Formats: sequence, structure tokens, C-alpha cells
Amino acid sequence: MSTAKKKTGTKTLKGAKSGHDGRQLFSILEEGGHVAKGKDPKIPKDELIRLYRAMITTRIMEERALNLQRQGRIGFYVPCKGQEASHIGTAYALKDSDWVFPAYRQPGIMILRGAPMQQIVDEWYGNEGDICKGRQMPVHYSFRQIHFVSISSPIGTQMTQAVGAGMAAKYRKEDTVFMTYCGDGGTSENDFHCSLNFGGVYKAPVVFVVENNQWAISTPLETQTASETLASKAEAYGIPGVRVDGNDILAIYQVTKEAVDRARRGGGPTLIETLTYRVGPHSSSDDPSRYRDDAEVQSWMDKDPIERLKAYLKKKRWWSQEMEDEIRETARSEINAAIRNAEEKKPPSISSMFEDVYLEKTTQLVEQEDYLKSFGDNEANQIGEFPL
Amino acid sequence: MTEMTLLQAVNDALRTEMGRDDRVLVFGEDVGFNGGVFRATEGLQKEFGEERCFDTPLSECGIIGTAIGMALYGLRPVPEIQFMDFIYPAFDQIVSEAAKMRYRSGGEYTCPMVIRTPCGGGIRGGHYHSQSAEAYFCHTPGLKVVYPSTPSDVKGLLISSIRDEDPVIFLEPKRIYRSMKGEVPEGEYTVPLGKGRTVREGRDCTIVAWGAMVDVCEKAAVELATKGKEVEIIDPRTLVPLDESLILDSVRKTGRLVVVSEAPRTGGFAGEIAAIVAEKAIGSLEGPIIRVTGFDVPFPYTLEGVYMPDPRRVVRGVEDSFNW
Ligand SMILES: Cc1ncc(C[n+]2csc(CCOP(=O)(O)OP(=O)(O)O)c2C)c(N)n1
Ligand SMILES: [Mg+2]
Repeated sequence: MSTAKKKTGTKTLKGAKSGHDGRQLFSILEEGGHVAKGKDPKIPKDELIRLYRAMITTRIMEERALNLQRQGRIGFYVPCKGQEASHIGTAYALKDSDWVFPAYRQPGIMILRGAPMQQIVDEWYGNEGDICKGRQMPVHYSFRQIHFVSISSPIGTQMTQAVGAGMAAKYRKEDTVFMTYCGDGGTSENDFHCSLNFGGVYKAPVVFVVENNQWAISTPLETQTASETLASKAEAYGIPGVRVDGNDILAIYQVTKEAVDRARRGGGPTLIETLTYRVGPHSSSDDPSRYRDDAEVQSWMDKDPIERLKAYLKKKRWWSQEMEDEIRETARSEINAAIRNAEEKKPPSISSMFEDVYLEKTTQLVEQEDYLKSFGDNEANQIGEFPL
Repeated sequence: MTEMTLLQAVNDALRTEMGRDDRVLVFGEDVGFNGGVFRATEGLQKEFGEERCFDTPLSECGIIGTAIGMALYGLRPVPEIQFMDFIYPAFDQIVSEAAKMRYRSGGEYTCPMVIRTPCGGGIRGGHYHSQSAEAYFCHTPGLKVVYPSTPSDVKGLLISSIRDEDPVIFLEPKRIYRSMKGEVPEGEYTVPLGKGRTVREGRDCTIVAWGAMVDVCEKAAVELATKGKEVEIIDPRTLVPLDESLILDSVRKTGRLVVVSEAPRTGGFAGEIAAIVAEKAIGSLEGPIIRVTGFDVPFPYTLEGVYMPDPRRVVRGVEDSFNW
């Protein structure tokens, strides 16, 4: 933000270099968990198992969430199935003190960063235990305790905000790094372009992650852009763009670590495109069989990121059936307990609806609250189905 | 006449106009191949081809900006914004460009186009799938704002909007998209913009409501009738232009006015109607004008049922116009 000094009109655009080409797909994990010599990022065993656990826990949590939605016990859900490595692997490259500005399809980051399962589940129910006080639809979490900024539905808005937070950290001479996410569809919104532009101009300590799952609801990638790759869009903004196999957690970690380190060093932002696939529906209200081939889905199921990491763990002899069972059992019991608790909780109070609009209620809000309460005890109505 | 849902009426109107006028193009996010997330444009791509009904990249600004360009070049675009809550990336194009094009060019350039968008609460959509943001657009000279409440009005008003020479914001109350059915005339049925509808006649109190709130008021009217109060319900159908005389005549007859709107209270269009009646018919009023509205809070998820005006609140509103 040193715009005080006069600048000359001409300058050579010299963005930082990443050593990666935004048109090439970078990957590490090969068939059968094999890794070519010299390419292994050498993540320690415990850490890898932590990642494996986060991915499985996310997967199991989502299966339960979709079931609850089908049974009418929660109103809505947005699954990330198939994209677990893409967001867990990128977020893993951050320090705990770094911030995340998520879109709505990165639940694994909350798991990785240790958000309490109870609070995740309470958000689905929008009950009195929900941090967001039942105000937002399911999956629109906010977790300040893990630097996971409040999610909104409008696509792309978080990206410019991440750049601003990065500018603020730079101004305060703090070395926090900011990671922000969007989908392939999100790259068409104004905010995407603004954020890369501002990020490049101010060299903000930001990593932009585009989870290219190749679909934006029913709209395929080829309708979204005429660019060969999404990572190559970085070039126009003078920042490095990297394209990585989004189902290969080793490769993801490797490229993201470089990007995070560069951002922390003052080298500015990086755009990372993780090439992956939305194996499930867009949301609990979507029926993807209307617009895409089952064969395409199946071919991506075969590249499942959890299975790929498992093959690597096996190769290293770090996997065992007992470990697998323990991870799954722990996840299941944790989620089931959280659901049981959530279902016993009440809806948020009527007063809570009038809070947090401002720090203090206006006289109008006080009057409106009194008016609503004059109707007596209002039970919130039944959880209905969200049609989209 | 055919029985249709509101959604089917949208579809029927689009099909009718696309069949009649090859300048009519329909596009937006997920609008083409999949027929829209609510299926409002189902089958149109198949029938009229990808050139006339197509998917766009995910950019509301792009959708509306390009629609304006098409309109300038002689087409009749009917872009869809997937939810009204997502219209804001296009706000600049709508309020600075489409709305002002005719005026700023001295009438040389115009933007005949219809921006269709599902709006309003009642589907458990939380903050961003529930808002009824008509006021922003009513506040912008140059835009017409249409907000129908029945399948036949949807069809007749949508066809009129497409034929209109000015930009129209066409708001579709998604809460009653599928739940409301009604007889809809076949073929080129039109309802003129700027003409309201008397939904129910009554002598005791006028209720003005639009969109999904009309249905709520009709339920309240039944209850009020059992309490000996006959209310007259007026649905303006279009907020801009507004059928003032229909509202004023009704208030002159009943002497009372309740305006019902699901949008937040402050700065909402309910206040505009109250002001018009206060200015032009205060001599006829026998009680205070009452607004029954949403609250001045972002649209909530769990508590949506208590946020939205319901028949109980409408009944109370009518009673308050008597007891003061
Ligand atoms: C501004 C805006 N427009 C439209 C929508 C409706 N919508 C929700 S998700 C979505 C598709 C997003 O696709 P993508 O960015 O690829 O993310 P993905 O869902 O695949 O993770 C759309 C159009 C929205 N939420 N916000
Ligand atoms: Mg996508």
C-alpha cells in the first residue's frame, strides 16, 4: 500500500515466479500409491494420518448430513464428496494462525482445524446452539475460533475480502497468510477478477484456491470460460498460477506450501487451480442425472482422493485395518452424539432474531420485537424442504 | 383455459412469446439445458434451440450487461437472475444503465428487456434465497416493477412485460411457484401493466398486498369475515407503474387501509402506498394506516415462520385500524 510515492507510467510487469506452469497439471501420487523418485514431499507419518482422518471424517459427516436431509431432519446440505483433498490439502499448508475465507464447499477445513463437531451439527439444525443463531441456511458456518470467516451464499464475495485482510495484515506488519476459495463458476464473477487484480497490485499475502470441480450446478466448465485452464487466468494479473491434480493431496500440499511461503515472504498472491470433480449433487435439492453422464461420474469415483492417499499409506506400510476402523468408528460416534444433542436443542429465541443487526437495537427494532412477542409463544415452524 | 401452477404459467408465457417473436431470447445461469433451477424455462432450449435459450457463465453483471447490449441492438432479451438475492452484482447495470438509457440519450436508445427473478421468502432459504427487494428497484426511475400473485396474472403480465418498450423487473413469488394453481387463458393472453386487481370486495377495510402476500391476506379475510369484518383486497400487480386510483377508490369506500408486505419495514414499498393514501385520501380515513411487514432484520432461517407476515398478523393489522 505504498502509493504515496509518485510512480512512472511505465513498468515491467514482473510477478513472482512459481516454477509451475498454469497450463500443466502437477501431480505426485501415481497409480497404487507410487511416487516418483525425488517427488515425495515427505509429510511425516502422523501428519499424513491426520490428513487421512480429516478426509474420512468429512466424508462420513456428509453421508450423515445427506441422510438427515432426506429424512427431513435438516433442511439442506451441500456435499463436497470427491473434493476432500482439494480443500483439506490446501488448508493444511497454512499455520493455525492463518485465516481462511471459504466458499460453501470446504467443510473439511473445519474438521482439519478442529472445529467442534457439535457446533458444526448445530449449524445444520439452526438451533439455539448454533454459533450463527439459526440465521443462515445449513453449511453457512462462521468459526472465528479457527479463523474461518463467515460464509455467505453470493458467489465470490469472499475473495476480495481476503485480499483486503491481507492488505491489513501487511499494514500491521504481521505475517498472517489468507487463503480463499471459490469454484470454477466463481471465476466468472466480478469479485474473482477484482481480487486477483488487487492482490497482484498490492502484493497481498493471499492464496486463491479455485476448486475446479468442473460443474457449476448444471453448467459445465466449457460454458464458464474460453480459457484453456483456470490457473492461466493468473498470468493476466501478473501473479503465478498453478494447476494441480485436485485429488492428489501430496501434490496439493506441495504447491500450496510454496504459495503460502511466498505470500508470507512478501512475494504476493498465487492462484491455485485444483482440478477435481463434484462427485455428488450440487446440493441436496439437485438431481445431476438430469444434466450429466453417469460414466463421467464413475470415472472420477475411480480417482477418489481418499483411496489415493490410502494407497500411498499402504505403500509406506503406515495403514492398517485397525487404524481404518478406529478412524471411522471415532468419526461415526462423534457425529451421532452431536446429532442426538442437536435434536434436543430448541430453536433460537424470538429475541435473538432482533439481535446483532446492529451492536445496539434501534428503537424500531425494540418496537418490532415487542410487537412480535405480543402474539404469545411462537414456536418456529417445521423444518421444510428447500427446493434448490 | 388450462389449469397451471405459477411456474407453468411463466413457462407458457415465455414459450408463447418466443414462438411469436424471434427477437425474444431467454438466458441465465442453468436456464438452458437444465431448464432453470426451478424449471421455469424447461423445454425452451429444446424447442427453440441453443441460440434462443442458453446457459451463461456465473455472472449476473455479465447476464444483465449483455442483455442491455442485445436490447440496444434490437432484441428482446429475457434474462433470468437465479434468485433475487443474487441480483446485486448486476445492480449497477440495472440502475445506472438499463434504467437511464432512454432518458440520458434523449430517447435515442432504449432497453426493452425483462429481468425475471424468483423472490420472496417461505422456502426456508435463509438470508440469500428469500429476500423481497422490490423497493430498491421501485426507487429507480426508468424501471417498471411487476410482482404478480396468480398463475393467470403471471402469464398475462409477463407477456405484456416482454412487449413493453421499457426495462421491467419481473418478480416471481417462489413460495407459491408450485403450490398455487389456477386457470390460465391459452395463447397470447395479456394483462396491462399499471392496472391493479380487486381480489375480494368488502366495505370495512382495504388491504393492499402483492406477490405471495395476497394469498396470506385472502386467508386472513376469511377469518375476518367470521368476525364480521368484510375486507377488500387490492393487488396492484405492478408496483411501478402503480394503479393509484384503484387503491384510492377502495380506501374512499372503506375508510381504512392496511398494507401487507413481506419485505423489511423501513423504506419498503408499503410505506409508499401509505404515503400516497395519506396525501390523497386522508379525508376518507377513519383510522390509522397500518403496515404489516417483515422486520428490519436480515431474513432469518430457522425463524422464517415468525418473520413472514401470516394471517394472524394481517387480522391484527385490520383490528388495529379499528382500535386506536
Ligand atoms: C452471485 C450468485 N449467483 C448465483 C448463485 C446461485 N448458485 C449457487 S452455487 C452456484 C454454482 C457455483 O458453482 P462453482 O462456483 O463452480 O462452485 P461449486 O458449487 O461447484 O462448488 C450458483 C449459480 C449464487 N449463490 N450467488
Ligand atoms: Mg464448480
